[in-house]
Amino acid sequence: MAKMQQDTKNEICVHCGDDCGKHPVMWDDKAFCCNGCSTVYQLLHENELCTYYDFESNPGIKVESAKYKEKFAFLDEAEIAEQLYDFSEGDIRKISLYIPAIHCSSCIWLLENLSILNKGVLKSMVNFVKKEVSITFNSDQISIRALAELLSSIHYIPEITLDKLQEKQNKDVNKKLLYKIGIAGFCFGNIMLLSLPEYVPGSEYLESHFKDFFGMMNFFLVLPVFLYSGSDYLKSAFKAVKHRFINIDVPITLGILTLFFQSSFEIFTGTGSGYMDSLTGLIFFLLIGKWYQNRTYQALSFERDYRSYFPVAVSKMEAGEEVSIPIEKLKKGDIILIRNQELIPADSILTKGDAQIDYSFVTGESNPVFKEAGDQIFAGGKQMGSSIELTIEKDVVQSRLTQLWNQFEDENREASRLHSMIDRISKYFTAIIIAIGAFAGIYWMMNDVSKAVFAFTSVLIVACPCALALSAPFALGNTMRLMGRLGIYLKGSDVAEKLNSITTIVFDKTGTITQADEMKISFKGDQLTDEDIVAVKSLTRHSTHILSASLYEHFKDITPETVENYQELPSMGISGRVNNRDIKLGSAKFISEGIAESKSLTTEVYLSVDGNIKGHFTLSNQYRSGLSELIDSLSSKYDLHVISGDNDSEKENLLKLFPDASNIKFDQSPNDKLNYINRLKQKNKNVLMIGDGLNDAGALKSSDVGISIADDVYHFSPACDAILESSKFSQLARFLSISKKSIWIVKISFVLSFLYNFVGLYFAVQGVLSPIVAALLMPISSVSIVAFTTVTTNMIAKSKEFENISKNNNELTAIIKAKSVQLN
Amino acid sequence: MSVLFVLIGVSMLVAGGFLVGFLWAVKKGQYDDSYSPSVRILFDDHEKETQKVEREQTEKEKTTKKNHKS
Repeated sequence: MAKMQQDTKNEICVHCGDDCGKHPVMWDDKAFCCNGCSTVYQLLHENELCTYYDFESNPGIKVESAKYKEKFAFLDEAEIAEQLYDFSEGDIRKISLYIPAIHCSSCIWLLENLSILNKGVLKSMVNFVKKEVSITFNSDQISIRALAELLSSIHYIPEITLDKLQEKQNKDVNKKLLYKIGIAGFCFGNIMLLSLPEYVPGSEYLESHFKDFFGMMNFFLVLPVFLYSGSDYLKSAFKAVKHRFINIDVPITLGILTLFFQSSFEIFTGTGSGYMDSLTGLIFFLLIGKWYQNRTYQALSFERDYRSYFPVAVSKMEAGEEVSIPIEKLKKGDIILIRNQELIPADSILTKGDAQIDYSFVTGESNPVFKEAGDQIFAGGKQMGSSIELTIEKDVVQSRLTQLWNQFEDENREASRLHSMIDRISKYFTAIIIAIGAFAGIYWMMNDVSKAVFAFTSVLIVACPCALALSAPFALGNTMRLMGRLGIYLKGSDVAEKLNSITTIVFDKTGTITQADEMKISFKGDQLTDEDIVAVKSLTRHSTHILSASLYEHFKDITPETVENYQELPSMGISGRVNNRDIKLGSAKFISEGIAESKSLTTEVYLSVDGNIKGHFTLSNQYRSGLSELIDSLSSKYDLHVISGDNDSEKENLLKLFPDASNIKFDQSPNDKLNYINRLKQKNKNVLMIGDGLNDAGALKSSDVGISIADDVYHFSPACDAILESSKFSQLARFLSISKKSIWIVKISFVLSFLYNFVGLYFAVQGVLSPIVAALLMPISSVSIVAFTTVTTNMIAKSKEFENISKNNNELTAIIKAKSVQLN
Repeated sequence: MSVLFVLIGVSMLVAGGFLVGFLWAVKKGQYDDSYSPSVRILFDDHEKETQKVEREQTEKEKTTKKNHKS
């Protein structure tokens, strides 16, 4: 019988591609998995926009419940809306909205045809890389709120958060770099052309007025490169020297300055043609390296803090009426209204209604907390259930949660830069180069005074660490992109370097090594009949409690039936009548006074039918697949720790996985976690922290490398150095080894670039460095280093090991499943 | 040989034109999104079914008129 069911395949939703189950919603002879999807289809069908379904199959986005009704009410506030516009004049408004759901060409097509759905939209353009749509609209015909709701109605829900409002500034940085590259490239090319006579034999026969002309042309062409394109290096080096440290920009600047002044001197005195070609080439290649390094993931945000987690506005009660107010304007004493699933923005006191607060994102504790009128409620909790009224106790920025963030706003930033490998090397490099130059200068001073200055400057010119400066950006930048393809997104290429020096790994428990929304459910007691299961499913459908949701999810294929007399007692349980039987589901106390609460710390949900206790469901955490293999492979190389905000009910299971019991800590508040990391760092450990929620935010920030794990990388993740796709969690060990290998590549290319330098120095110290040797050596060394690093890093990625990742993954999950059965 | 001066001047002008073109393209945001233009070019101009019918009708009328004339 069971086999039969498998054979008759369920239909796939035309809109989103999900399994429709046994009872698809039919419309226009097409199957949909839910009403939401079919509504979108109907809307598109009415407007003849069904081309949407032609580009990609099942392009739509499934939205579990349509709870955007009041979500965009705050956009009616002119003050908030003003901040969002890119442009506004008369009735015309232009706005860029971040829509994480953008994922395919159908999305682009539909969003760019918005004007068909509403005449008020004048033009819409998608930026796929940033997952943004910029919309020009007529505010007379469609308000910004209506626009946001229109997008939501086709399931492209825009994400409008506080920090997005403040994020608009750093857009131009990338453009500036492109300008600089363009100008440097232009000047480089032309100078090469004008210097060509120098490269071929017989250049000494060139008529002198040509020589002068070419020299002057070169000089004028080099000015924009020297003053504009290369200005960042000069500034950075100047800053570094001022703060009494030496970074890679110092020797580069030394080279640039010597090249510029030596060449200018030669040109104006007519003693030579200078090295302008080398100078512009150097800056051009360096800028390309910088550009390559800067190409990070634009659509991902690594800087998110509480502001992007909090809503932009809340409903404030003013003289009995609801007013939408931006949360930064909330003051102590204000009364606010919080609905089901809404966030509490500030520490406050409950004044009306019963609260069921889910603090899971703040503390890691997964069970909601029940609060009565008069109780204090902390910011960051989420109300589950009916609406409540709160009186604000503290300003948003002063609440317990937000303070955790503010305390280390600026720390670490500067300091961490200093430790990068390349800067450590450049300190010695600069000293050695100056020493060699001085030595050569002094030697020639004694033998041939005319060559002394030239020998000194030649050393500085030829030793300019162009290849050295390029090797790290290219090797690490490429590693970063390769890792991105495998499922871990680094904030910048320096993170790839930092991963290499990690000695200690700290895991958060809930949501990191366990699956956040999936629980392992088993039933103990009398055999459950089909009727019982239907009853449980029907009852849990009406409750927002996390345990109900888990049970509801557990019985996927069951069709719920109607429930009469549904009742929910907060922190007790739910009851109702299904098929003329009284069903009660909840804590032991709720079901019957008689049964004793079991002593185990796992979560139990009791079930009774018509007053007879059937037994209880046990809900326990489901560990991520591949966990035990991962721990096995990591434990030999790293110190492993687990810190959890939850109680210690899982201790037994964790002990089977992690070797050292003293490294497992329970009941840790966000602050405890932060302190734990700091204590490890004080012991000179390089700490990698992996977490998922706001409760880990402090720890993620203070660790050397903070990785946040997310099911959907475009949705909220706390500020971190890298975002890991949760499905790729089991490959963490692999990622660490890639970073190790790429550091090796950087080291090898360092050696290579030193070899080039030795060749150059050989000419330089003899005082015979000709412009052509300098001009040839520089691009050859740079290009070969770039080629070497990119080819080798790609080879790492293409090596068999990696191809096997995906294959192994499937096998692994099978093994893990078997293992996890043993675990429990 | 002095024609070289002219040639270099001209070549600088041409190259400068390309530089200005590049800078303009950067400024206009042509390098901001390298994916969607490649998809966008494949979209047909949108035409509602009703419009299509109307257009076909007018085209038919035109051809019939033409036929009448001839």
